[in-house]
Amino acid sequence: MTAVGQGAERGTPVLRMEGITKRFGSVTANEGISFSLYEGEVIALLGENGAGKTTLMNILFGQYSADEGVVEAFGQPLPAGAPRAALDAGVGMVHQHFTLADNLTVWENITLGTQGLAAPSLRPARVKAKIRDLSKRFHLAVDPDARVGNLTVGERQRVEILKALYREARVLILDEPTAVLTPQETDALFATLREAIAMGLSIVFISHKLHEVMAIAHRVLVLRHGRLVAERQVAETHPQELASIMVGGDVRTPDVPAMPAGPALLTLKKATAGVLRDADLTLFEGQITGIAGVSGNGQGALSDLISGVLALQSGRMEIAGKAPARWDARTAIAHGIGRIPEDRHKTGTIADFDLTENAILETYQSDFARAGWMDWTKARQHTEHLIQTYDVRCPGPETRIRLLSGGNMQKLILGRVLEENPQIILANQPVRGLDIGAVNYVHARLAAAREGGSAVLLISEDLDEIMKLSDTMHVMSEGRLSPAFARGKVSAAELGKWMAGQGFADVS
Amino acid sequence: MRLEPISQPSLQRRLLPPAVAIAASFLIAALLAQIAGGNPFAVFGLIFKGALGSKFALLETLNRATPLIFTGLAVAVAFRAKLWNIGAEAQLYAGAVITVVLGTGALAWPAPVLLPTLAIGAALAGAVVLLVPALLKTRFGVDEVVTTLLFNFIFLLFVSYLLEGPLKDPMGMGWPKSSRLVPEARLPRIVEGLRLHWGFALALICAVSVWIIDRKTTLGFEMRAVGQNPEAARFAGIPVTAVILKTALLSGGLAALGGFSEVAGLKGSLTLDLSPGFGYTGIVVAMLALLNPIGVVAASLFVAVIFVGADSMSRAIGVPTYLADIMLASALLLMVLAILFTKFRVRRD
Amino acid sequence: MELFDILLSASFWAAAIRIASPLIFATIGELICERAGVLNLGIEGIMVAGAFAGWISVWAGLPLWGGVAVALLVGMAFGALHSVLSVPFGLSQHVVGVGITLLATSVTFYTYRVVLPEVSSPPKIQAFQPYEIPLLSDIPLLGPALFSQTPLTYAAFIVALITGLVLFRTPLGLAVRAAGENPSAVAAQGLSVTAIRMGAVIVGSGFMAVGGAFLTMSAFDSFFFDMVGGRGWICIALVVFGAWRPGKAVLGAILFAAFDALQIRVQQTSLGTVIPYQIFLMMPYVLSILALVLMSRSAQVPAALMVPFNKGTR
Repeated sequence: MTAVGQGAERGTPVLRMEGITKRFGSVTANEGISFSLYEGEVIALLGENGAGKTTLMNILFGQYSADEGVVEAFGQPLPAGAPRAALDAGVGMVHQHFTLADNLTVWENITLGTQGLAAPSLRPARVKAKIRDLSKRFHLAVDPDARVGNLTVGERQRVEILKALYREARVLILDEPTAVLTPQETDALFATLREAIAMGLSIVFISHKLHEVMAIAHRVLVLRHGRLVAERQVAETHPQELASIMVGGDVRTPDVPAMPAGPALLTLKKATAGVLRDADLTLFEGQITGIAGVSGNGQGALSDLISGVLALQSGRMEIAGKAPARWDARTAIAHGIGRIPEDRHKTGTIADFDLTENAILETYQSDFARAGWMDWTKARQHTEHLIQTYDVRCPGPETRIRLLSGGNMQKLILGRVLEENPQIILANQPVRGLDIGAVNYVHARLAAAREGGSAVLLISEDLDEIMKLSDTMHVMSEGRLSPAFARGKVSAAELGKWMAGQGFADVS
Repeated sequence: MRLEPISQPSLQRRLLPPAVAIAASFLIAALLAQIAGGNPFAVFGLIFKGALGSKFALLETLNRATPLIFTGLAVAVAFRAKLWNIGAEAQLYAGAVITVVLGTGALAWPAPVLLPTLAIGAALAGAVVLLVPALLKTRFGVDEVVTTLLFNFIFLLFVSYLLEGPLKDPMGMGWPKSSRLVPEARLPRIVEGLRLHWGFALALICAVSVWIIDRKTTLGFEMRAVGQNPEAARFAGIPVTAVILKTALLSGGLAALGGFSEVAGLKGSLTLDLSPGFGYTGIVVAMLALLNPIGVVAASLFVAVIFVGADSMSRAIGVPTYLADIMLASALLLMVLAILFTKFRVRRD
Repeated sequence: MELFDILLSASFWAAAIRIASPLIFATIGELICERAGVLNLGIEGIMVAGAFAGWISVWAGLPLWGGVAVALLVGMAFGALHSVLSVPFGLSQHVVGVGITLLATSVTFYTYRVVLPEVSSPPKIQAFQPYEIPLLSDIPLLGPALFSQTPLTYAAFIVALITGLVLFRTPLGLAVRAAGENPSAVAAQGLSVTAIRMGAVIVGSGFMAVGGAFLTMSAFDSFFFDMVGGRGWICIALVVFGAWRPGKAVLGAILFAAFDALQIRVQQTSLGTVIPYQIFLMMPYVLSILALVLMSRSAQVPAALMVPFNKGTR
């Protein structure tokens, strides 16, 4: 794919941020960031998690006010701390986490906040007509009367974009818009964006996916540790250069050399649970099995089933050849399943508990208590051991875990799981939101566990991660699991088709 | 406005806001006393004198604190596990009813056997009373705040029925009142001749026990985990529903012991005015104590001082005794706000 | 047979509508709060305060509608206090609500004692009188039941109607509902979640207080300490029973009031001599719990009810 158009003619920038600095206590989230966006231009903001992209956009939208610096839209300065100002000036944002109310209809979500609150009527007919018109012009098919809760993820994103267009936005900010899309849906999104550019809109595209940045943007701004460290014309750079600027050095990823598969440790046969339907899956000793797919397609149910928090409705689950008589989280742990949950803040840890209490959350009864009495001394020693072995940076075992960075929190969870020498490791989105250093650490630990003979189930919506680490992979779509593909025997485009739901035998 | 968590709150950060909250509730009460025509200094002087000024007053205050320790513990235990038990009032009456049912002659046992039986029976009754809303919560997802509140009304009407029917004292000259407990069912006084009964000691034992459960046992660990983050607790394999039900049993049992203690220690019989809202005041006590079981004892004493003192002050200069209720309600609201300020600071950005 | 006679009498339905009126005010008030995402457990105390404030104002010389206005303002003041604590500070809505109830109740009783230190029985006022709506009140059965009520009853139905229209037909109502469904959606569209939620709690609390005032100014003509008697908690159950919709909530309130009116009448029949009166008095509370259990599986609950919103934190 090539970049759209040939860049833009310069004039007054449609958006200009100048010398933006924002500090939170002792942490500097943005430091002296300046850039301008011109009409018909797409610039990409590239950076790791925590590089300051989100803070910058929150300043643009008045959620935070900058300590220093000015924001201008179409030559007019935007007042600080006024969320409406950017919207009224024609700047619209498509958030990574959709800001839609599920129980309201599409048209209600779109018109929300666009009419004076004192107005006596919502005028639904007029609103819907305008939405239909926009849908047609930008190829964003969606039914205005549908309840948002019933829409697919791709459709919801269209509603988000329509929200901005409905307000006659001239500048679109898209925050990680492709994270939730299949490759095919991403192509459709890019087609819509190109159309928008042709009509004179300008776009800020926030991402950490290099090939997408190369495909859609004219110019790339790289943020690292809150600073703007590089600016490149897409035509004059290449992905490797951008990657090393983004990380601040060469990227070294762990090697996962091929290994012979051992015996099957966990088998699902026509397993149905929650939204998961008739899934066949086998996890082998010494193998990483990857599950690709857009999140929300049943990965949660699969993960919950294996974690022991969801029961099988039909089908069969065997662990080391035997179907367990009962199934709950404790039984799963007892069967040697180590679980790294998708959301380390909500599911993996208890924020106001200290490191010790979090470290023993799964084993307090078996290992750190006798006849109902806690052995805190032993628990603390165990935690200190984990902190050392897994390089958890923290003041000590009495620290409340909410104060740890995402990476250190994940290391503690990793230690909690791996110290039990699990036969089977379930890793659901284990590196989401981590910086490259922590990502590599987690991946290396999972690879090492595999070499030690564990069967690893890796669930991720990052196709690159799946293809890099997995010995075999499946794709999930609408609760169904594709057949297994061996490493090197399948292309990303092929997996993308499965992600879009093609290839599955139609089960009704 | 934005709330920013403080990573390492200093000692001052942790103590100052609660102190300001208590001071502010005094200030509000002073203002209201002034409006009612009482000199604030005189009013507070009379309150403290009335509650602490003589041996008799002091013992009265300790007696008043006793049921509050029980209900305060009941609320603290439940709130820690995010089980919003607003029904300590009903549970307290349940304990009182069992005490009267078994203690007015039904069991002709000596005191060392009868008293523990009554206490256990009372605790079980209170536990069952809270178990119903707890089951409605875990089974049907019905908010327990509303059900426990409604149960207070239902149970009080039930008690009213009992006192006019099956439990009515035949010698009561038509008053809705139960028969008196047999002597073996009465809690003795701690020191002969002083009006302070063993219920107070039992309350202290309960407070220490709750503290031990909280810190030293797996149940305490589980209750805290479920209260802080039920989803993470469930994921880790903690049996969340069972823990909620165990919490309910413990909480209801503690409140009911308050009913046992009031009837067996102080009143000797059951009437409809056994509790002037001990269950609701327990919420204030628990919040003032920051849900800490040892703090509950201190908070109960504080609240008892205000109540006993306000009664005596009101008799002396006519400022309505409801001043005490206002003070405690405002202390409750100010305290939850103060707790927030010990953990967060307000940022304007 | 007796039961049948009762159910067909106009006086029975007139009583049901009268009993329903304060419940409608307070239920609509609670519904507005919950639609915006805030559970308001201050309702019981706010009703007590409203009952007292309206009545004492009229006793002090204000006209009846002046008393209603005072009650409304007092309710809004307690609502303002609730909303400051529960919305921008995001404190536990359970604890704040119970605290507001304790505060409003004790402030009311204190004020009563300060204003009327010596009385043994509270003074009476000239309460709202029934107003027969011309023509409509002549309809058989319906006329005496629906159209011969006091103006405050008519006001209750008008408030419910307007609330329904505002919530579902206007941009303001959409903003309120969205604040209760997903506050992030509201914030992303440049509206202030804090302002919307606080506004909803303040207005809703005002209606709760008017519901309380109905008791002293229309149903009765005086103020007693235990007058509200758990009606606030019942209204919370009615909001759930009405699936957060004003129309269904009004129907629920009437149904509930009909049961209440019925138990009063059944008490006076032969059944009343067999069954202890306490059982009858329990019925409203038992019904409320039953309603909660029956409706517990409904998915209508606002998605962000009791979820505080702090911008900048995810």
